[in-house]
Amino acid sequence: MSTLQIEQVSKLYRTSGLAGGVTRALREVSFDIDQGEVVTLIGESGSGKTTLGKIVLRLITASSGKVVFQGADIAGFGRAELREYYRYVQGIFQDPFSSYNPIYKADRVFEMLRDVYFPRVPQRAWEAKIDSALEAVTLNPGDVRNRYPHQLSGGQLQRLLIARALLLDVKLLIADEVISMLDASTRVDILNLLVSLKRAGLAILFITHDLSLGNYVSDRTVILRRGAIAEMGPTPAVFGNPQHSYTKALLDAVPQLHKKWHSPGAVRDVSAATRRPGRSVGPVALAPPALTECEPGHLVAVEE
Amino acid sequence: MSDSLIDAPAGSGAEQSAVAASLTPIGAGAAGLASPHVVRRGGEFVHYAVRNPKLLFGLALEALFVLGAIIGPIISPHNATDLFRSYLHPSAQHWLGTNNIGNDLFAQLVYGLRDSYLVGALGALCASAIGMALGFIAGYRGGWLDEVLQMVTNIMVMIPSLVLLIVIGAYLTTRGVLFEGVFIGLTTWPWVARAVRAQTFTLRSRDFVDLARLSGKRPAAIVVRDIAPNMASYLFLVVVLLFGSSMLLAASYDFLGLGPTNGISLGTMMNQAMLWSALQLHTWWWFVAPGVVLTGMVVALLIANVGLDEVFNPKLRSQ
Amino acid sequence: MTVRVENLKIAYRTLAGDVCPVDDVSFSVGDGEIMGLAGESGCGKSTLGTSLIRLETRMAVLGGKVELDGVELPIDDDRAMRRYRMKEISLVPQYAMSALNPTRKIRRLAADLLRCHGVGYGEIADELRRRLDLVGLDAGVLDRYPFELSGGMRQRVTLVLSTLLNPSLLIADEVTSALDVSTQRAVGELMMEFRDRRFVKSMIAITHDLSILAQIADSILVMYAGRLAEKAGSDTIVNSPLHPYTQLLLASLPAVGVRHDDTTLVGIPGRPPPLSNPPAGCRFADRCPFAYARCKEQPPFTEVRPGHQVACWKVAEEVQAA
Repeated sequence: MSTLQIEQVSKLYRTSGLAGGVTRALREVSFDIDQGEVVTLIGESGSGKTTLGKIVLRLITASSGKVVFQGADIAGFGRAELREYYRYVQGIFQDPFSSYNPIYKADRVFEMLRDVYFPRVPQRAWEAKIDSALEAVTLNPGDVRNRYPHQLSGGQLQRLLIARALLLDVKLLIADEVISMLDASTRVDILNLLVSLKRAGLAILFITHDLSLGNYVSDRTVILRRGAIAEMGPTPAVFGNPQHSYTKALLDAVPQLHKKWHSPGAVRDVSAATRRPGRSVGPVALAPPALTECEPGHLVAVEE
Repeated sequence: MSDSLIDAPAGSGAEQSAVAASLTPIGAGAAGLASPHVVRRGGEFVHYAVRNPKLLFGLALEALFVLGAIIGPIISPHNATDLFRSYLHPSAQHWLGTNNIGNDLFAQLVYGLRDSYLVGALGALCASAIGMALGFIAGYRGGWLDEVLQMVTNIMVMIPSLVLLIVIGAYLTTRGVLFEGVFIGLTTWPWVARAVRAQTFTLRSRDFVDLARLSGKRPAAIVVRDIAPNMASYLFLVVVLLFGSSMLLAASYDFLGLGPTNGISLGTMMNQAMLWSALQLHTWWWFVAPGVVLTGMVVALLIANVGLDEVFNPKLRSQ
Repeated sequence: MTVRVENLKIAYRTLAGDVCPVDDVSFSVGDGEIMGLAGESGCGKSTLGTSLIRLETRMAVLGGKVELDGVELPIDDDRAMRRYRMKEISLVPQYAMSALNPTRKIRRLAADLLRCHGVGYGEIADELRRRLDLVGLDAGVLDRYPFELSGGMRQRVTLVLSTLLNPSLLIADEVTSALDVSTQRAVGELMMEFRDRRFVKSMIAITHDLSILAQIADSILVMYAGRLAEKAGSDTIVNSPLHPYTQLLLASLPAVGVRHDDTTLVGIPGRPPPLSNPPAGCRFADRCPFAYARCKEQPPFTEVRPGHQVACWKVAEEVQAA
């Protein structure tokens, strides 16, 4: 049985003011995440990827549909069950400096867990747990303990958050753009860390807008467009054999080191370049485009 | 399961352990280098605080008045209720002269200072407590609770407090300082609630609040330990402002005769001066002193507040 | 048209002393050239770029000079620089999308900007409309408020307004960073188009994203901890970089088609040194796998091959031996 099942999750926001009406942030999105699997959720701004991450973390509630974790619908959790849920499911966010309360030391993120999850653990054993979690993310305890967030680098702060998740019995990690605010030279280390954790059995929902990152770490890819799934399947299939025009357009637009956007001498149609396919404007229907299977496991949506 | 995640070598492959090995000694150096050049926020605040002219001036002036309130009754040669000859000009025996029935006005002034400070503190405390509680709840929870509390706040704002006080005054014929302080608290909390609510909204959307929720913490704990301390400077400014406005408000009520029925305060002094036609009778010493002192107390506080705002907010600093 | 920067040193005044995000920097940008200024956070690239047009109040020029067509620019004099801004040098700042005044319609914004520089709105209205059309925006955009436009549209409006008076040099600070992939490509192509049509003569594109620079830049200048590391044509930098930092940086970038199962990339261990207390000698030495005794002395930024400048003792030695 899959660790997490997302079933027909939709999220509507009622907007007041100029637009009026509703904004459909998510439209009946469904997919599963298994143990030891990295699923990348790729989308541009407004695709709803962060919203889905927050719904899985129960920081916001879905308007319809359900999220099932190990057989239980998370919407029905009371406070005690939610605490148990957070023992297994944790999240890491984009801005490392915003994730820490600047007036406290960085390792307070560990202390915050202690009362609720480790109430009777003696001090010595607690310190040992923290040290081994830090070592698991290749951080030297001497460098990061007892320091304020502004004294540490973005990479160290993100690793600390991973270590915090490891302190619990985390089975699923929601990583929302966790490296986009880090320097290029340290990004890959965090990615490698996530992959090694995956090999040890952790399931990861890797949310990003950067296709090259998704391609590097993930086993399966879900491409989200305007709240609905455009294409979904094993990563080599989606990247190697894209079917949806949106996926193709995204892959075309990714700047690569060794391949130019245009062949030299080609005339650049600048105004057309700004009107990307799949960038249709206008209201979005509630029903998402239907998905068809073009290869085993590789699903494509009907063009909208 | 959990053990295997932690104990599993994070580096599955030579490259990872090579990175880990090289990370440790360099990391130690880098982290060691990181600390000295960072100026801790506490130290920075004190540095700017002692160099801010508005803050220093305001605090000094206020300190003068506080000193007056404390030692004034001790050094005053007379009591506030003793009787002497009436309408004496300020002189060596009576530093601020006497009033219509012969009370020494200096003694009244320094006792009145105490009352004013007491009411100011009480009003500020009450308004802060109620306003902050409601502001935090509305800002943190949002949704329908926020809508309800906003409605309550708006209703409270609309009720004219002066009229309310007159009506209550008709029923409660004996009122003390306690009543006045609490009344001011109960009528001025709305703007505190609004300000706190707005700030709470912005702080609530920060990631560290989400992280606290993901740690299973209760909302009350999150507000008290995570949100409020980040607003500490703002809350402090609010309380200081409230203190000043409570004193002013109390003096206004006293001046109109709606103040405590017992006791002396700056406002009651000015009230009596007005009732006994001090202006027309040219007994200027009766109302000038309390007026000047009251203005000074409140203005000093406000100037200090502006200075404090500059200290807390780097963008306002002129340097 | 050339821009020449010589030995520029800019300091940032803090309570704890002077910090130099730009430490003895020299380079030049030729006519029609898009030079990419690359580096990671804290290397000083944004300071370098924006100091060419406006120095912030807490910064000071400690040495060096900037010349535009042989004329020295008074970059430390805020008022004197006014006659150069927008007409000779223009800037598209970081977070330009949020740089538009939310209470003004675009037309009003444009008129205000133009009036500051002595140009009437009427004279240039036609050209403005032509350029908006070129970037794919219809003239109705002028009558809208910034919040009614999407992020990409705002970025394009800012680009058009900044280049309206045909400045010689455009400084684009992280203009593609906050954008979606498809808008990134659109804006990148726009920048090249503007250069081709001579709306701007040359450009300095500041970004941490080397792959964008590989697409749009003619030459790339890599900065590290306030100093220059390497400068060469963009093809040379991408295909045959010489400085160890550039090499390691390029090796750590995931690209589409590269999967962890096949190729595990490696990052650069450690962190850049703090600019408030930089080490003597080469600043990359403590993270460099090739560091040796000589690196305790700062290597000069010299031309080791035609059109290719590097600041590294090892590289200089190897090129000399070859």
